[in-house]
Amino acid sequence: MSTADHPLPVPMQTEILALAKAELRPRGAAIAALRLVQARFRWISTPHLREVARLLDMSPDDLDGIATYYNLLFRKPVGHHVILLCDSVSCWIMGRERLCAHLRETLGIRPGETTPDGAITLLPTVCIGHCDHAPAMLVDESLHGDVDVKHLDRITDSLRESHR
Amino acid sequence: MITIRIDGRDCPSRPDINLLHACLEAGANLPYFCWHPELGSVGACRQCAVTQFSGPEDKTGRIVMACMTPVSDGAIVSIDDAGAKEFREGVIEWMMVSHPHDCPVCEEGGECHLQDMTVMTGHNTRRYRFTKRTHRSQNLGPFVKHEMNRCIACYRCVRFYRDYAGGDDLAVFGSHDNVWFGRAEDGTLENPFSGNLAEICPTGVFTDKPFSGVYSRKWDLRGAPSVCVHCAVGCNTIVNAREETVRRILNRYNEDVNRYVLCDRGRFGHGFVSASSRIRAPLRIIDGQRIAVPTQDAMTQFARMAANGAVVGIASSRASLETCFSLRMLVGADCFSTGQTEQEQSCAELAHTLLGQHPGRLPTLHEMESADAVLILGEDVCATAPRLGLSLRQSVRQPAFHAADATKVPRWMDAAVRTLGTECASGLFVLTPAPTDLDSIAGETRRAAPDDIARLGFAIAHRIDAGAPDVPDLTEEDALLADRIATALMAAKEPLIVSGMQYGSPALMRAASGIAAALAGRTPMAGLSLVLPDCNSMGLAMLGGLTLESVMMKARSGGIGTLVVVENDLTRRLDPASLAELMEAVRSVVIIDHSMTPLCQDATLVLPAAAFSEYSGTLVSQEGRAQRFFQAVYAAAPVQASWRWIQALARSRNGQETGEKPDTGTRPAATGLTGWRTLDDVLAALAWEFPALAGAVKTAPDAAYRLENQKLRSQTYRASGRTVIRSHISVRDQPPPASPDTPFSSSMEGAYTTDMPSPLVPGFQVPSWNSVQALNRFQQEIGGSMRGGPSGVRLFADRTHENGNPTQYSYSADIPEPFTPRNDAVLVLPETRLFGSEELSMLSPPVAARAAPASLRVSARNSASADAGAASASAGADATPRASVTLHLTDGPHVLPAEPLPGLPDGIVLCPSHMVAPGFVFPRLAHLTFAAPEGDRS
Amino acid sequence: MNLAVRPLTAMIDPEAGPPDCATYEQRGGWQATRRTLNGLAPGEVIDIVTRSRLRGRGGAGFGTGQKWSFVPKEPASERRKYLIANADEMEPGTFKDRWLLEGNPLQLIEGMLLAAYAIQAGHGVVFLRGEYHLACQRLERAISEARSRGWLGENILGSGFSFDIHVHSGAGRYICGEETALLTALEGRRATPRSKPPFPQTGGLWGAPSVVNNVETLCNLPHILVNGPEWFVGLGTGGDGGTKLYGVSGRVRRPGAWELPIGTPLRQIIEDHAGGMRPGYELRALLPGGASTAFLDVTSLDIAMDYGSVEKAGSRLGTGTAIILDDRTCPVGMILNLEHFFAQESCGWCTPCREGLPWVERLLAAIEEGTGEHDDLDQLARHGRMLGMPGRTFCAHAPGAMAPLASGLKLFAEDFAAHITRRGCPLRHAA
Ligand SMILES: Cc1cc2nc3c(=O)[nH]c(=O)nc-3n(C[C@H](O)[C@H](O)[C@H](O)COP(=O)(O)O)c2cc1C
Ligand code: SF4
Ligand code: FES
Repeated sequence: MSTADHPLPVPMQTEILALAKAELRPRGAAIAALRLVQARFRWISTPHLREVARLLDMSPDDLDGIATYYNLLFRKPVGHHVILLCDSVSCWIMGRERLCAHLRETLGIRPGETTPDGAITLLPTVCIGHCDHAPAMLVDESLHGDVDVKHLDRITDSLRESHR
Repeated sequence: MITIRIDGRDCPSRPDINLLHACLEAGANLPYFCWHPELGSVGACRQCAVTQFSGPEDKTGRIVMACMTPVSDGAIVSIDDAGAKEFREGVIEWMMVSHPHDCPVCEEGGECHLQDMTVMTGHNTRRYRFTKRTHRSQNLGPFVKHEMNRCIACYRCVRFYRDYAGGDDLAVFGSHDNVWFGRAEDGTLENPFSGNLAEICPTGVFTDKPFSGVYSRKWDLRGAPSVCVHCAVGCNTIVNAREETVRRILNRYNEDVNRYVLCDRGRFGHGFVSASSRIRAPLRIIDGQRIAVPTQDAMTQFARMAANGAVVGIASSRASLETCFSLRMLVGADCFSTGQTEQEQSCAELAHTLLGQHPGRLPTLHEMESADAVLILGEDVCATAPRLGLSLRQSVRQPAFHAADATKVPRWMDAAVRTLGTECASGLFVLTPAPTDLDSIAGETRRAAPDDIARLGFAIAHRIDAGAPDVPDLTEEDALLADRIATALMAAKEPLIVSGMQYGSPALMRAASGIAAALAGRTPMAGLSLVLPDCNSMGLAMLGGLTLESVMMKARSGGIGTLVVVENDLTRRLDPASLAELMEAVRSVVIIDHSMTPLCQDATLVLPAAAFSEYSGTLVSQEGRAQRFFQAVYAAAPVQASWRWIQALARSRNGQETGEKPDTGTRPAATGLTGWRTLDDVLAALAWEFPALAGAVKTAPDAAYRLENQKLRSQTYRASGRTVIRSHISVRDQPPPASPDTPFSSSMEGAYTTDMPSPLVPGFQVPSWNSVQALNRFQQEIGGSMRGGPSGVRLFADRTHENGNPTQYSYSADIPEPFTPRNDAVLVLPETRLFGSEELSMLSPPVAARAAPASLRVSARNSASADAGAASASAGADATPRASVTLHLTDGPHVLPAEPLPGLPDGIVLCPSHMVAPGFVFPRLAHLTFAAPEGDRS
Repeated sequence: MNLAVRPLTAMIDPEAGPPDCATYEQRGGWQATRRTLNGLAPGEVIDIVTRSRLRGRGGAGFGTGQKWSFVPKEPASERRKYLIANADEMEPGTFKDRWLLEGNPLQLIEGMLLAAYAIQAGHGVVFLRGEYHLACQRLERAISEARSRGWLGENILGSGFSFDIHVHSGAGRYICGEETALLTALEGRRATPRSKPPFPQTGGLWGAPSVVNNVETLCNLPHILVNGPEWFVGLGTGGDGGTKLYGVSGRVRRPGAWELPIGTPLRQIIEDHAGGMRPGYELRALLPGGASTAFLDVTSLDIAMDYGSVEKAGSRLGTGTAIILDDRTCPVGMILNLEHFFAQESCGWCTPCREGLPWVERLLAAIEEGTGEHDDLDQLARHGRMLGMPGRTFCAHAPGAMAPLASGLKLFAEDFAAHITRRGCPLRHAA
């Protein structure tokens, strides 16, 4: 994760400044800017947070108050892939607990943790609006519905494959 | 006046406030947390729930949050209603779910609003049986202690720190039941008002760190009303003491001045009274050696000195009015010096004159908050008068209040008003040589040399009143700026001009006065405020006296035998050569001071004076407010008030031990210095000699004052351990010490009421309210005046209401030439720092810990040269890239690291003169070289 | 034909993807814009929408035209105002806005344009929940296409009215859907709700007048303005106008969402459209409109799904997406799941919600795990009472959270008691 300490790439800095300019006040771009950093580095390290704060004319404390508020902004390193397994009511009714148990077993991690090889982070998430295909999950940016154990295995295998 | 019915009782109330505010004013016990009179309502804690009924027929009512509900005439509410009570019990129970219940070891214990409110709601059984969430606490620097687990998430801290005080390094983190308040990373809280968190936080999350080291429960502390001695604003404080040591300083509400807030220099600067720099016994200095001597010997020695040539007295702008006056009585008007340089004294006297002539308003700090356009002319008020800076920060909210009024949102709806104000333009203009803390909220800022700022000021005055002289050849840019500022000021209902003597420029103050006077021709509300440096600078200006330069002349002509220097470290005012010359020219030097200063090296005799906490006296703030501070600590003899030492000197000189016989006629009974017995005698004589200062007598009730036929107590009824506290020394019951100068008893015996005279309130506490929030009960109206009347007396006439009879004001035509940067020299201006520049607070360890190291702030161009210099100087070697520069003052070269200061105009450098060359009188031109001399680089 | 009975979804074809501008126009899109921008005064648009009886589809059901009427009337060129589409869809069990966003983003854009014209707002924002990646792509594409064809930007159709849209992707937190918290989030702050007054219509985003409308609400506008308010009123079966996207999830044969006349009976939705319960499962109870609505049981199946009828039955229409509790799922477990959600999603601003909901969650967890005590039921009921009523907490989050709890405690009293006496869950969720 050494990249987390690197300065933000110049084009990204430019992009953040442009986002800030498009808002009435620079801070209006706070969430968009943090998402941008996360999209590139997978999480928001403290040095990066400080740089974004500087670009947005905010204090790091102020910005970190925002970063720690929103649960999809990661202030700790995550794996190469993030599985967001829905834990809301329709998916729960449709058996998401079993899927979670299965992932715990096959990946050897609990929700909130990352596999030791850094490939996969498992996180619970609130309803992702796919309740008619519960249980559902997001793997990085792709949506999966009607998930069963077989489906899960296929996905985790391919994630590990791509990581290697 | 309107009426509301609270639990069947009809209570007079007033519109424009909220129900919580009204209930508290009606004397009801209604618990709350997130609301604070100075911060307004946000409805976060939900503790202030009451039941409101729609009319007499409505029997069920509706639960509302009192703090979010406007008061209306005829409103019917119930605090006792079972539903509301149950809900409030529920709220406190939720608050306590994760609270550590660590009251026995918590420093808030005994003065904790959370404790009070818990008792008030009746919550006493814990039903939550699951684990508590915990947090990590942080090291927040030398002033504030942090124990996050005690937090009840009322959000007051961030609202105060960020929204009110403008800080940005304290924030809320996390969400749901895992929110915490602190910094992103451990480190010192930077905002100059951080110490107020200890009073703003209703529980023990933020507490006073220095107090922690000398901790005592509130009920065991003696309290004395006092006045801050660390700048000229004159904030009111409470000194808390135990075992004859000062433990802490608290805010003392003064409606007009500091209200709910003190700056950190004032709160934590008191450490000098307990520091090792204190002088505890008379000292003779023989060949640089200090030798403690009995008082009698010291007096005998003085008598010998006094017989050998004239005695000249040097007073001080940090000494009390009584001390300065006594000194004048000792040496006579011809031999009395204010202890100020020509420049300082002329500026202070000018300030006094200009304020006296001002045809408009001389606003109090509180009135400044409602100024709708403010021009700061060449003074970094955040460094020189921090609390005043905070008031100006509030003034910027005026447009938001107007927006709120227009949308019928009450002004106390804090978050809503801030939302509505998002796009409001700021009416604050900051024209200073260097950046200030107020820049970020200013409508416009301009960096220029003091002379150029003064020119802008004169130009603005001319635009407002054509009768004021015009400024020739202003640059086009400046002309436009002057137009804009003049337009904004003329459009304002309550315009305010602020300047001061930070840069030693009479032109700046004259320009400020001119603008304010021009505005006063349009509105009597046009305000003028001038910042002075020290806690009694104004009092001293009103007394008058010789400058140090005149003393020097006297000395050169051999006219001085003995110098008596009172509470004045002349090394901070005279350059080393002049000082040496002065010391050479006089035979002996007597110093009366509470702390060892570098000057003591040159003394013949040093006498130990009481510090502000150890005696009583009067100070005159920059707005001409005379205020009394009272003794909290009974220092062991021979330490005594400076004026008593002066009296002792007089007696020894006269060979007298008793007072003079009273004169007949109109003079006060004890007129002669040696005849005074109490502070009241000094004040009576002062009033007689200086009618302009006569108001000082009325500043507080005299020592004979009795409430309910008793003295006033300065301890709480619960104070414990009076007899055991010395039991390791003696088991005999000691009589409590007493002072002839005050109406206070030093113990728990005596009277204490919520309508006692405000200048005498030693602390705030009423039944059920043990925290500082008890203050509510001492106020006539919350946030308004005190039941016990005003504290302090203003000595200047306010002309706001002299509409029909405007005083003749004559504009100064003394317009300086424009400043031109030079190639061969830079203009050196003093860099005044909140922590560092002020003398006494720097003797306080926590404040000293906040002082930054010395550096020379240079402009971008100078910085480039410095870098080039550094680069050539360090070529080949791996020296640090930080450039050093050498500033050549008359006493020789001073090598300093250079730090570029964005915005600083070319040709100007800022020098922390208090560290580098305390005796120099700035501004002055000096030579600057961009590489350290060879010998200084090792 | 379809357009007439299901205007919102007629153009949606999951196979083909969303229509592009040309297709959209060919099938009737942009007609409303042409007519409105050059033919109607802003006040007339508000009037038409008021007469259509369109009520907000975001959950609270406030009259859309009426909501707009509070906005100060200056033209967009004179005052900064905002029209904001609430696309934060995070209510558990709700999956209707995604359908509109992914299926026909141009319809939303046109709806926003019309609403913005009505209130004379020059700035549009879509607050899109961060996890809707596909919707984000499609929306961005549709916006740039609309912009390049002059449907967004300066002086649209030569009317003098200018309007553009910016998409803000969120970073989580259910409370961002609450309209004032949404504004706070857009300002780059922690999304805590704001007090009213000022209402967003007078002091919203950055203090400027703003209207927040749900995606579905906005998507109705082009159709109302083309076909007229009477037509729209005629679409509904009860007192409300238009169609509604209904959905059903849980153990039914065909979970899904359908556009039906507003006021369609609940039974019809579950039995005809969702195909009834899966074999082997019985319907025990349901949440009619998402997680923050109260439970209804089988006795309520014949109510019409409109605002008034559901309220009369003791619940709320909410988002109109029902969650079915079957007889083999533990109601205590389900409520625990719901309260876990609400506790996690509290913004942390006001005490009762911040501290009360986690307490509720822990009580439920203890009961479900078999360490419950009889007093716990009183504690739960007390929380239901103390947090349930609006005005006690700062916003409607906690009252929403208490709706399923308070109704569930009554409806499933025996299950709760059994958990406590038998020290655990008799049904131990085993699906
Ligand atoms: C806790 C909470 C969450 C909400 N979430 C949403 C949401 O995700 N989407 C939505 O459209 N409205 C949501 N709302 C309702 C909005 O506050 C608001 O009423 C709505 O967006 C207004 O649009 P409408 O008038 O078109 O319904 C929520 C309300 C609350 C109290
Ligand atoms: S009820 Fe209170 S804590 Fe809960 S989401 Fe609303 S404001 Fe935040
Ligand atoms: S004091 Fe009223 S809600 Fe906090």
